[in-house]
Amino acid sequence: MNKIANRAVMCEVLKEAAAKDRDVVVLCSDSRGSASLTSFAETYPEQFVEVGIAEQNLVSIAAGLASCGKKAYAASPASFITTRSYEQCKVDCAYSRTNVKLIGISGGVSYGALGMTHHSAQDIAAMSAIPGMRVYLPSDRHQTRKLFEALLQDDQTAYIRLGRNPVEDVYDESCVPFEMDRATVLCEGTEVLLVACGEMVKPIQEAAALLNARGISTGALDMYCVKPLDQEGLLKAAQGKRLIVTVEEHAPFGGLGSMVAQVISAHDPRRVINLALPDTPVITGTSAEVFHYYGLDAEGIAATVAKALEG
Amino acid sequence: MNALAVKAYDLRQDVLDIIVSGGGGHIGGDMSSMEIMLTLYSRMNVSPEKQKDPDRDRFVLSKGHCVETLYAVLADRGFLDIEEVKAQFSRFGSEYIGHPHNTLPGIEMNSGSLGHGLSVCVGMALAGRMDGRDYRVYTLMGDGELAEGSVWEGAMAAGHYRLDHLCAIIDRNHLQISGNTEDVMGHHDLHARFAAFDWHVIDVADGNDVEQLNAALDEAERTRGKPTLIIANTVKGKGASLMENKASWHHHLPNAEEYAAISRELKERKEALEHE
Repeated sequence: MNKIANRAVMCEVLKEAAAKDRDVVVLCSDSRGSASLTSFAETYPEQFVEVGIAEQNLVSIAAGLASCGKKAYAASPASFITTRSYEQCKVDCAYSRTNVKLIGISGGVSYGALGMTHHSAQDIAAMSAIPGMRVYLPSDRHQTRKLFEALLQDDQTAYIRLGRNPVEDVYDESCVPFEMDRATVLCEGTEVLLVACGEMVKPIQEAAALLNARGISTGALDMYCVKPLDQEGLLKAAQGKRLIVTVEEHAPFGGLGSMVAQVISAHDPRRVINLALPDTPVITGTSAEVFHYYGLDAEGIAATVAKALEG
Repeated sequence: MNALAVKAYDLRQDVLDIIVSGGGGHIGGDMSSMEIMLTLYSRMNVSPEKQKDPDRDRFVLSKGHCVETLYAVLADRGFLDIEEVKAQFSRFGSEYIGHPHNTLPGIEMNSGSLGHGLSVCVGMALAGRMDGRDYRVYTLMGDGELAEGSVWEGAMAAGHYRLDHLCAIIDRNHLQISGNTEDVMGHHDLHARFAAFDWHVIDVADGNDVEQLNAALDEAERTRGKPTLIIANTVKGKGASLMENKASWHHHLPNAEEYAAISRELKERKEALEHE
C-alpha cells in the first residue's frame, strides 16, 4: 500500500521548483498542514504567504502576486477555495488571466465524517463553468508529479483537486504515461469503456480487470484533464463500445459524467451511465466506506456494468 | 490656477459624452472620483511606453463601475484614444465595456465585482517587496463597497504585512444606489475602523480638491511600516448642481436637456477655475 499522499508529492515538486525559481510562490489560508506544505513554508519562507483563514483573500492576493510575475500556488481545502472564493477564482484568476494555480486539497469526500461543509462535491461543476479555468484531478502520486511539473511550465490559471489520503498507485513508477491535456488509456477493451478522474481512477482500473476476467471486454480511461476534456481521446476510446460508464467523486450534475455524456451525445451517441455521489449530503464514513455504499468501488462499478449489459 | 483642477472639468465632459454615447454608465461615482484618479495618474510612474515595466506603479479600480472616468484619465495619459472610447463604449463587440478589462492598455486587472481590488493590491505589494522593487500600489474603493467582507480580509492582510507601498483611497461620497451609505449599512467612524486594522489613515476634507489629494498622497509616500488609507470626502455627481449629492444619479442616463445643462455648468465651473 502506498503511504505517500498526492498532496505530499505536490509539495516536493513545488520545493524543487522553488529552489530553481524564486518566482514560485505558495499561499495558504491556515492550511499549510492540511496541504502538506509546511516543509515548503519552512524551507522557502520568503516564497510563502500565509493569509489566515480568509479564502477570498487567498485567491485575490495570489492573483495580485501573479499579475506581477509570480507563479502563485494557492492551496486551501477544495470545498472553500472553489465555492467560497468562486467570485475571486472567476474574476481575479480566470477573467483577469493571471497565473494562479488553485489547489483544492482534501477534495471530494476526503474529510469523511466532517460532513457536507467540508466535502467538495460541486467543485468540478463550479470551476469548469468558468471560461478560461482548467480543471485537473490527478489519479495517483506519479501522475500528480507529472501534472505539477507540466503546470509549472505554463502561465495560465487552473484548478487542481487533490485528495487527502494516500491512494494506491495507478501507474508503475518506472513508466508513467503522461501527456498534458490528453487522457491516459489504462487498458483497451471492445465492449465497455470506463472513464474516471481523480481517486476514482484506481477503482475503474480494478473494475476493468474484474470485468475482463469475467469475459466482458472493458477499456478504461484516466480523464485527469476534466477541462479541457480530451474529446479526441474520449471519442477514440468510445468507438464501437456498447456502453460507457463514468465514475466520479462528485455530485451527479455538471461533473465528468455530464461532460462525457455531452461529448458522446454530440459526436457518437450511445448509452452513457454516470456513477457519482448522490444529490444529497453524503452518508457519514471514510472515503472507502462512502465509495462502497454508493457503488463507486471496483465491485460496484463492475456490478453496474454487468447489470446494464443484461438489460 | 491648478491645471489639473481645470482639466478635471474637461474630462468630466468626456465622461458625460462616453455615457451618453454608450447609453448608460455610473455617472455619480465617475464625477465624484474624477480628481482622485486624475491626481493619482499625474503622479504615478506609468506610461504607454512602459506597460510591462516591472517597476511601474500599479492601480486597481476596485469600484470598477466608475470605468468611464478611468477611460477618460487613461486617454489623457495617452493609453487610449478618447474619441474611439466615445464612439465604441458599450457598443456590440466593443472592448470598451462598463467595467475595467485588462486587455485594454493601462488596465492591470479586471474588476466590477466589488471588494476585490484591495486584496489584489496586497498581492501586488507583496510581490514588490519580494522582488525588492520600489513601486507603489494604489486602489480606489467606493464607500458602499466597504460592506463587502472581502475588503476587510484585505485590510487585515495589508496591516499584518505592514505594506507601506500600498495606498487605498475611498471615494467617500456618502451615497450608494439605494441611498445614504449610513442608512444602507453604516460605516460609522471609518477612520477608526481602518486604524484598528493597523493602517495609517488620512482624512481629506475635500476629495475633489487636487491640492488636498496631492498632500495626502505625499503623506502616504512618506509613511513607513503601515499601509495608508485616504478617506477622500467627495461629492457624488460633482460638477453640475442637478446631479450633485443625488443617489438617483448613481447611474442615471442624462436626457438631452440634462446633457445640455450639465455641459453648460461644467464649462462655467471650468472657466471660474481658470480665472482663480
